[in-house]
Amino acid sequence: MPRIRFDSVEKRFGQTMVLPPFDLDFDDGEFTVLVGPSGCGKSTTLRMLAGLEEVTSGEIWFDDRPISRLEPKDRDIAMVFQDYALYPHMNIAKNMSFALRLQKVPKAEIDAKVAKVAEMLGIEQLLGRKPGELSGGQRQRVAMGRALVRDASTFLFDEPLSNLDAKLRGKMRTELAEMRNTLDKNMVYVTHDQVEAMTLGDRIVVMANGLVQQQGSAEDLFKTPANKFVAGFIGSPTMNFLDATLVDDGGTLTAQGPGFSFALPPSMRERTAGLSGPEVIAGIRPASFALAPDDAPAGSRIDLSIKVSEYLGTQTILVTTCGDHEILVELDSGARFQRGTTMGFVVDPETIMIFDKKTELRL
Amino acid sequence: MAAAQIKRMTPYMFLAPAAAIMIVGLLYPIGYMVYASFLDWNPSQRIGEADFVGLRNYVTLLNDAAFRESAGVTLTFSAIVVVVEMVIGVGLALLLDRNIRGISVLRTLFILPMMIAPIVVGLMWRYMYHPSVGIFNQTLKEWGFEPIPWLSDSGWALTSIIIADIWQWTPFIFILALAALQSLPRTSLEAARIDGASGWQQIVYIKLPLMMPVLVVTALLRLIDSFKVLEVILVMTNGGPGLSTEILSLRISRTASEFRELGLAAAMSNYLLLILLTLTVIMFVYNKVVESRAQAIRQQAEEA
Repeated sequence: MPRIRFDSVEKRFGQTMVLPPFDLDFDDGEFTVLVGPSGCGKSTTLRMLAGLEEVTSGEIWFDDRPISRLEPKDRDIAMVFQDYALYPHMNIAKNMSFALRLQKVPKAEIDAKVAKVAEMLGIEQLLGRKPGELSGGQRQRVAMGRALVRDASTFLFDEPLSNLDAKLRGKMRTELAEMRNTLDKNMVYVTHDQVEAMTLGDRIVVMANGLVQQQGSAEDLFKTPANKFVAGFIGSPTMNFLDATLVDDGGTLTAQGPGFSFALPPSMRERTAGLSGPEVIAGIRPASFALAPDDAPAGSRIDLSIKVSEYLGTQTILVTTCGDHEILVELDSGARFQRGTTMGFVVDPETIMIFDKKTELRL
Repeated sequence: MAAAQIKRMTPYMFLAPAAAIMIVGLLYPIGYMVYASFLDWNPSQRIGEADFVGLRNYVTLLNDAAFRESAGVTLTFSAIVVVVEMVIGVGLALLLDRNIRGISVLRTLFILPMMIAPIVVGLMWRYMYHPSVGIFNQTLKEWGFEPIPWLSDSGWALTSIIIADIWQWTPFIFILALAALQSLPRTSLEAARIDGASGWQQIVYIKLPLMMPVLVVTALLRLIDSFKVLEVILVMTNGGPGLSTEILSLRISRTASEFRELGLAAAMSNYLLLILLTLTVIMFVYNKVVESRAQAIRQQAEEA
């Protein structure tokens, strides 16, 4: 499988800069997920890779072959579209075999390939039907099958699950994850859903406003986000951000704000040394909160008044306020929480992230 | 009246004006025509005074060589213009379905002929076909060719009116085909590109089949219209030379006004109506069957 490399690729629509020059590097056989909010340029990136969108400048390489001027059909790719893009007038077998028929592959071989993929996806009984006669989930499978029959080296997925209902989406996600393990292919997958990104991707590329914010494994992104955007985008429920002031009282460094004061680990002193001012943003994951024991020292606890309590079974999400800030807290569902009450919480100092207020980079 | 009853009547009250117009403007005249076709009716008589002759008019027509020739001319004319206009119209649409500068101006230019009144089109083409001063023969002469008897030769006259009709009505097919093209699912075409279809293969395997429902309706509309064409031919040839361009609608008009056989003219109209109605009904039934079948299977799939 080729190694895919974007080399200062840039995209403009007329005068509008959509994607400023960027580099990306996907390893051979990797499942790469491009994730970001809508309008971040992830679909455009995928479409440039597919050849459906022209590259304004720069080059895309498959190993040492430049492909940005090639027709889509000469790139050895297969693609699954968000709306499946099946050919409405052809039956499922014809849909799946279209590419092979264009290549004039012998009929017996086509039939064998289609049958094999159909069996793998459990759609054998649908082969004689037209796309209009299938349910959404079935169409999704057929779209997947059409890509698989091609036997291309690289598979592109453009939000393939977003038109399915939640239950089906979960199921297809698992199947995709299985498929990733059994197929030795490059896969590039675009989604706006960070859960999909984290569960599927070997490498996740987080994009926003046309810029690559960070790339890495799910764990990298979750534990060491590069900036406030990545920290807020990855993880569910989302991270809480509090405006804080760093105070160094000689012994310990604390992040203080109205209603809270957190002692920070000693390593933070070094990392924040270069800051121009004491104003920062403190990021705390909802799961980092714990109920304060009665003997918790006053300096490290935060009092939150509970607005809403969402019981989710094992977990309970509390929507709380601290001054003007709304703060999400995720706790095990052991205790009962009364709306309107104020409770004390503590946070493990090691889990607190500090972001530069100006650049929003993590320190 | 009880409130519930009024509520139930409301939709019918809203429908009433449209229904009244339908009855007065459509059903009544058609009924009148059907009734008239069973009469031996002269324009000087009131309809009540005419003799009832049953199906005699219809039988007479079937045995009338002039009517059969007229029907033949109509079928030839319609078949040729619809086929040629479909090919050119769809071809143009496929060519112009792209974003290049000035394309919208070009599109507007292409549909101009359709906006000209038929009488004017007839006059215009008559002058262009003029044996000595018309632009065609002038040009032929300049290039050293023999002039062509466009409208005066029974072999050429039908060709000439066909050319004029194609000039006027290809734009109709062009705009409908273009609209159909532009509403095709873009991603299906992109999928075809990725699947390796060349431009030509995309047209043959994806675009044309997907446009087909629209194209069938377009062709049918054109066919119906071409069966009824009158003014242009009236102005250009008035059916001649001989009966070579006497299409049915012209014959109907002459039967009614020149031959003063209203019953016969009505029967002729009914034959025409019958042909068109059959075509239309077949198409609608076919569409309905295909659609409902697909829907039923999809419903099963969703429930499973």
